[in-house]
Amino acid sequence: MTYIAKPKFHHPGLKKNELGYTHRDYEGKISTLCAGCGHDSITASIIEACYELSIEPHRVAKISGIGCSSKTPDYFLGNSHGFNSVHGRMPSVLTGANLANRNLIYLGVSGDGDSASIGFGQFAHSIRRGVNMTYIVENNGVYGLTKGQFSATADRGSKSKKGVTNTDNAIDLVAIALQLGATFVARSFSGDKSQLVPLIAAAIGHKGASFIDVISPCIAFNNHAGSTKSFDYVREHNDAVNRLDVLVGRDPIAVDYAPGTVQMVEQHDGSRIALRKIDADYDPHDRLGAMTFLQKHAAKGQIVTGLLYVDPDAEDLHEHLNTVETPLNTLEADTLCPGSAALDKFNASLR
Amino acid sequence: MKPTDIAAPDYFHKVVDCQWACPAHTPVPEYIRLIAQGRYSDAYMINWKSNVFPGILGRTCDRPCEPACRRGRVEETPVAICRLKRVAADFKDDIRQRLPKPSPRNGKRIALVGGGPASLTVARDLAPLGYHCTVFDADPEAGGMMRSQIPKFRLPNSVIDEETGYILGLGVEFKGGHRIESMQALLAEKYDAIFVGSGAPRGRELEIPGRKEAAANIHIGIDWLSSVSFGHTDKIGKRVIVLGGGNTAMDCCRTARRLGGEDVKVIVRSGFEEMKASPWEKEDAIHEDIPILNFLVPVAFIHAGGKLTGITFQKVKAEYDAKGRRNLVPSGEPDQTFACDDVLVAVGQENAFPWIERDCGIEFDKWNMPKVDPKTFVSTNPKVFFGGDAAFGPKNIIWAVAQGHDAALSIHKMLSGEDINERPLPEVHVSSQKMGIHEWSYDNDISNDKRFKVPHRDKVIALKDIRAEVELGYDVKLALGEAERCLNCDVETVFSTSLCIECDACVDICPMDCITFTENGEEADLRQRLKAPSPRPDQDLYVSSDLKTGRVMVKDEDVCLHCGLCAERCPTGAWDMQKYFIEMTYAGSSCPTKSRSAA
Repeated sequence: MTYIAKPKFHHPGLKKNELGYTHRDYEGKISTLCAGCGHDSITASIIEACYELSIEPHRVAKISGIGCSSKTPDYFLGNSHGFNSVHGRMPSVLTGANLANRNLIYLGVSGDGDSASIGFGQFAHSIRRGVNMTYIVENNGVYGLTKGQFSATADRGSKSKKGVTNTDNAIDLVAIALQLGATFVARSFSGDKSQLVPLIAAAIGHKGASFIDVISPCIAFNNHAGSTKSFDYVREHNDAVNRLDVLVGRDPIAVDYAPGTVQMVEQHDGSRIALRKIDADYDPHDRLGAMTFLQKHAAKGQIVTGLLYVDPDAEDLHEHLNTVETPLNTLEADTLCPGSAALDKFNASLR
Repeated sequence: MKPTDIAAPDYFHKVVDCQWACPAHTPVPEYIRLIAQGRYSDAYMINWKSNVFPGILGRTCDRPCEPACRRGRVEETPVAICRLKRVAADFKDDIRQRLPKPSPRNGKRIALVGGGPASLTVARDLAPLGYHCTVFDADPEAGGMMRSQIPKFRLPNSVIDEETGYILGLGVEFKGGHRIESMQALLAEKYDAIFVGSGAPRGRELEIPGRKEAAANIHIGIDWLSSVSFGHTDKIGKRVIVLGGGNTAMDCCRTARRLGGEDVKVIVRSGFEEMKASPWEKEDAIHEDIPILNFLVPVAFIHAGGKLTGITFQKVKAEYDAKGRRNLVPSGEPDQTFACDDVLVAVGQENAFPWIERDCGIEFDKWNMPKVDPKTFVSTNPKVFFGGDAAFGPKNIIWAVAQGHDAALSIHKMLSGEDINERPLPEVHVSSQKMGIHEWSYDNDISNDKRFKVPHRDKVIALKDIRAEVELGYDVKLALGEAERCLNCDVETVFSTSLCIECDACVDICPMDCITFTENGEEADLRQRLKAPSPRPDQDLYVSSDLKTGRVMVKDEDVCLHCGLCAERCPTGAWDMQKYFIEMTYAGSSCPTKSRSAA
């Protein structure tokens, strides 16, 4: 917690994006989380990704539940739409908002308690419905706001700050998301922005349910020896399958890649993802392979990160439901409510 | 890059840009904080120790600190450091009790030639140590050019009297109206050391046709100003032309406006932008309805019947050669003649040492300047020292003060039987400013205010009275607002590699994108990989030793606001805000050993 506002001055040489904004223009209020919280790095990564994509802040709706993670939408995109919902209900609110106005970019921000415990069902259904959103879980393995009890994503055998060993099995949200049909699935680490920022940018460009599980050490309650979500542990066990660059619009590919090491993925919004393979055998288009890979490495104690699965041809909920293209709030009253004649006709068709 | 050695006294000194730029290394942020706290006397004494004349400099300094001020790199204008100095002088209490007490005489006698800032600084440093200092000046009162050349509407006599008085009150003997005519004779008086601080007392001549014939209405600027200061001159013609583009020219034209000059112009050879005068002095002249005409080279004084009627100028333009040097070449336009009644020539100043016999052991160089060691200020006669304008030609008061301090140190060392070439290291104090989890002993909330203007006396009144000070100085409220603009650059970000867990919190919070964690490399390469561009290679990079991940922390000192947010957001205390206070070595200060370090 910091008592002064972040100074308005910025570096005089800051680059501006296509809209003429610097990355500072994508900030929100100053964070009230504990100093060093991994969530703040995720906040910074979201800011960076939105800046790089030249997103107009008013085109974003950021929706969250309850918890440390769910506070963070206050700290980025201060000029966007926001909804801080009930605990675990972010996916439902987001789904509703998305159905009403499909033209906004939906950022669902949640935590391991919000998504793997109280909102587990909500999480599951929004994923299986293919809501067009970027669902980010800021995963620290503990309930930080209530002083560090194990959450549902805490690994079995990991130790709490007080030395208690966790005896419950962990929920791997990435594995569940893959199983439930998410069309963009990634895992990353708050301490690795070079991986996280392009992942968020790519997820925003993906049309369909994008899910990113970000391991985010809780400095106050889960950054000790024996924790499997500490900075040291994640750095030691991080097994990145790939790194990526998001290429938007006219930007040429800045780096020369060795042939055969890069896989290009076309996105719905016209952007492209250049996937630099680290694990040569890893195929991010193979859902089954990804799930097996994940389980195998988890058994060895490794944390697989990177873009784990992507379906470039994904469909979203609106396509499944064949909804109207126009957002409901811009439809005229007579379209929204065509009158009793139309109702009679409709009722007749069901008789 | 190698890890930065923050224990080297110069490293953090350079981060305090204003203090580093000040020839006397005045601890600027320290005294500005004291002003903000209303501790004006304390602020004054900090100044008094390092620059000796806070009230005078607070009105007249050339302010090398302000172009260096970090605030000027963050927004449009630097902190008004100079005018805040005046605030300390204006609002202080009686500080006489805080001045050094004259100590018992040590039997050594020092002669100081000239009663200006350089000599007085030497006297200030040496008198409290027991030296018998005798200051000689041709003028009846102490102050030198500060009294004779700076107009009273910029610097009232009361301020000069007060601040020269503090020094003479230390037991310094002042012999006014006593011009030293012979160095030989002075040496024969067997002083233990002689300091020459006689300034650059000769105004440069302008030898063009008509100079002799119209001499009655052509005045040398600094002589004329001095004559006005001492009340010998109290009027001038209605139409006045001032030749020259320095600060003396600005003083001349503004003085002429007050002595009856109605149509006063400044005419310079160079372009307006390249004029030597400080921008604020040009501004003040223009504000008093004095036009400044540029690119005009005087070719002849026009006269009729022994009386000046005007000056003819050739119109020139600036051309730059391949090396970027400027040449003024005729533009081909017809010559221009401007009518006038009087001319003030302010085209430069020179040193003059007719009173130093060339066979008394003091060697001169081919430009007829004494050979002076730039570090110790000793001449080729080991007992004779030079300082101020007398040593290296015309500069500003603050340079004379800085050189006076150094010369005094040399004299003290020489007379203590020590090697004057061995200069003791400055004393450095570094202390954490942490008071609580997010509490610092300095105000780290950055003010967004623009520079506050100093109130001026109404122009109509100011122009009527040559002794009415134009600038009224900040009042307490304005002073507080301006003091709050200071970024506290002396409160340093200090990084402890061993405590860092590389959580990126400092990188994320830093409003100026100063901090980067990356792989180490050569400086040029590293500067390319910073989070924000690094346009100023003269500003240091603070590089840590290797961190756990093999990366290093690199901080570009350039535009750091010293807001301390990095330290507030650091979960492990790897960043701390520590105040750096450097005390320059003066004559008689206890000499720290080389092993003393900054952190």
